[in-house]
Order: sequence, then C-alpha cells, then structure tokens
Amino acid sequence: MPATLRRTALYDAHVAAGAKMVEFAGWEMPVQYVGVGAEHLAVRERCGIFDVSHMGEIEVAGPQALALLQRLLSNDVAKVAVDVDGGHAQYSVLCREDGGVLDDLFAYRLDTDRYLTVTNAANHEADLEWFRAHAGEFPEAEVIDRLDDYAMLAVQGPLARGIVQAISDAPLPARMIAASRRLAGRDVLVCGTGYTGEDGVELLCRPADAPALWDELVRRGATPAGLAARDTLRLEVCFHLYGNDLMPERGPIEAGLGWCCKEDTHFIGAEAVRAVREAGASEKLVAFEIDGPGIARQGNQIAGGGEVTSGTMSPSLGVGIGMAYVPAERSAIGSDLEIDVRGKMRRAVVRQKPLYRKGQ
Amino acid sequence: MADASYPDDLLYHAEHDWARIDPDDATFATLGITWYAQDSLGEVVFFDLPAVGTAVKKDEPYAEVESVKAVSDVIAPLSGEIVEVNEALSDGPQAINDDPYGAGWLIKVRLADPGEREALMDASAYAATLGG
Repeated sequence: MPATLRRTALYDAHVAAGAKMVEFAGWEMPVQYVGVGAEHLAVRERCGIFDVSHMGEIEVAGPQALALLQRLLSNDVAKVAVDVDGGHAQYSVLCREDGGVLDDLFAYRLDTDRYLTVTNAANHEADLEWFRAHAGEFPEAEVIDRLDDYAMLAVQGPLARGIVQAISDAPLPARMIAASRRLAGRDVLVCGTGYTGEDGVELLCRPADAPALWDELVRRGATPAGLAARDTLRLEVCFHLYGNDLMPERGPIEAGLGWCCKEDTHFIGAEAVRAVREAGASEKLVAFEIDGPGIARQGNQIAGGGEVTSGTMSPSLGVGIGMAYVPAERSAIGSDLEIDVRGKMRRAVVRQKPLYRKGQ
Repeated sequence: MADASYPDDLLYHAEHDWARIDPDDATFATLGITWYAQDSLGEVVFFDLPAVGTAVKKDEPYAEVESVKAVSDVIAPLSGEIVEVNEALSDGPQAINDDPYGAGWLIKVRLADPGEREALMDASAYAATLGG
C-alpha cells in the first residue's frame, strides 16, 4: 500500500488482532478481522466495536456558531438543545445551492456556543473548505479542524451500553445525546449514536487514549468489527452511505432524506430542495430485495431507468439486498425491478425500509 | 480452512485456480479456486453455477464467485466442456472457503486438449508466485 495512507491510533491493535487492512478514503483501515459474517452477527446479537477514527470532526464555536451551522446544515440546528443531560445530536445533509448533497453528517452540541460535526472521511477536507468559505458571513463563528484531535470508536449491539457503562463514571447519555464521561479513567465524549441499527454509543476520545479504551472494551466482550460489517449492517437498515447513495448530482428529497431538511431555516440549497419537495422527485431511492439468487452491486442498471447505489448479501436475511434510484412511478413498495447484474437480469422487489427489523 | 495450503496433486493457474486431472483419465479434470483466492475474496456468499454442457476456454472466465464485498471472475485453467457442476454450492457456497480443494470444487470438465496442462504450475511454482 502507498506510504501516503493515513493510519488511526488503533492501527497496531488492528494488525495484532489479525485484521485485513485496506485503503479506504485515504486511510489504511480494517475491512475485517475473522470474517464479515461473524462480525455482523456479533453486532446484531451481542456487541461489536469499530474504529471509525477516519471520520473527520469540525468544531464550530462562537456566538454565531448556530447561525453558521443553520446556514450550512439542512436540519433545524436551533432545535439541538444542550441541557443537564448533555448536548443533543442531529443528523443533517450539507447541500450545494442546487440542492446536490455534499455530505451527510451528525452535529453534536458540545456547549452553548460550541458544536462538533462528524464528517465522512472522503469529504472532510472539502467540507472544511465549504464551512470556511461560508464562515466569512458570520465573523463571530470560528471553524476549527478537529480531525487530529479525536479518535472515534463505535460500540454497537444489544450488549454495547452495558459493556461501556461498566467502565463509565456516570450513567451513559441517552440516545441522540452526547456527554463527557470518564471511561476507565479517560475523558471521553460519549454519544448515543451509531450507524448499525443497533443500540449503542460512539466514543470520541484523544487518539493517545484510544488503544487502551479499545483493549478494555474488547476484554469486556466487544468483538472487533471491520468496515465490511459496518457496510452490511448499515445497508440492512437502509442508512445512506455517502459516495454510494448520496452524491452531488442528487438531492436529499430523492434520497428520502426530506425529513432532515427544514427549508424554512434557509440553509444553502433550501430553495432547490423546496422546489423538488413541492413538485415531487422524478426518482427516488428505494430499498430492494433480490427475488432468487444473485447480488446486485453499485452501478448495476435497472431496466427502464435507474441504478443500484448499494448492494450486498444480507448476513441477517440471507438474500441479496440493496438500494437503488428508480423513476418515482416505480418506487412504490412491492414494485418489481429488473436489475442487470453483469449481463444477467435479476428480479428484485421494492421493500419497505428498513429491510431488517429487530426481532425479525 | 484457516491455513494456506497448496496440495501437490493439483495443477495451478496464475489466476488462482486449480485443476485436478483424473489419475485414471487424463481427459477429465475437476476445477476450483485456490486457498489464496478464497482468502482474498473473504466469505463466499454466492456461486453462480454455470450450465452443464457449456464450453470453457483456458484463461477465460467461466463463472463468478461473490463474497459479501466483491464479485470475482473464475478463470478456466484448462479448456473443455462442463460435464458436472457442484450443485451443493448453490445452498452452501461457504464450502469454497471451508474446503477449497474438496467440497468446494466448482466444476468437472471433459478436456478439449489434455496437452494444455503443460502450461500450468505445480504447487511449489504456484506458491512461489504468491511471495512469502
């Protein structure tokens, strides 16, 4: 692998655990340890731990922090409270003027005038540039690159909270709330978020503290899980992956993310988003299951128009699943799709999102 | 199977395929993918069985094997006609990972030109191409 790839603070831990390391968005990341199937099921049934330190962090601070974020992020950032429980979290997209999606991200309110947004690794530098380019209109908002200041661990699964709680100095914050805690004697921002469809937390800590935290959580029963399992887990619950299901050429309404767009906040792209919302999107992102054998993959074309943006074999369901943009008239639940999988036409059926539900 | 292995009774193709020539009939061979190929792929979740009667041509793909993350062509190490496919793989493709030289065999072929085997490698030559 080229020497220019970045490594997280947990690189040595991954190698020691026998991980297969791959390039991902400029980082050398663990794609799997023992195998994606076992790691996937560990998260669904018990507890998995992911190194997601490649994700970026941007802090926005100052009296106009809210005003800047309200301009940048699609959701209503004013609704993100900070109270005795901690700072609340919110999901948003970042749009261009034409409504095209530049990134999807979680914003956490750290304090009255301090917010932390978590970016996708491949977009971090561009997001930072975008934030700074628009910060000029808000002189009392400071944009700070925090990428190097944080390692990030996702601890996910039905047992995840219990495992983390056991090393915490105080009760863990509830879902969609972030709060500072001491975990095994280290300062950690514990966030009640995740991207697997399971309960759990994400931990933001100093990179130097990450290896000890990782080891302690693994010792207590968290199974190391790689990017491959992260992808199958998120796809089963139909969470978007930027670069697959979200892209600048399509907007949030098409992607089914209208719920996190509040046009009245006048975020960049709000007018374009409003126009699509009112006129109706010409294509929509749907979830599908393959009827029969085969696995559709990103880029596979759909007869009559449309394309697959994510596809895999679902470890939980045992069938090929995916998401695809299709013409709106064929996006209804139960619609048949014919997907060209490398020259073979595979029948698929549009399904309700999420494809996987707890207890299914 | 956890550890790399390259049995001595097989012939190997550079695209990580093996052929077992029937010791009693040099025109008949069983084909599969190597330990290295299945390890690189990761857990195999789908093998799209080719049809019996189909011709396969040396160095060209005759099937696809899919892991969770990726799809790979399977390259024919020898030319011939498919006389049998491993039907058990349609329900249990993980046999390709568990036992790539046994239960994970892919197809059996009637060879078009048994002389083609001369172009294949033995186990030590193939293992050398993998480095380490």
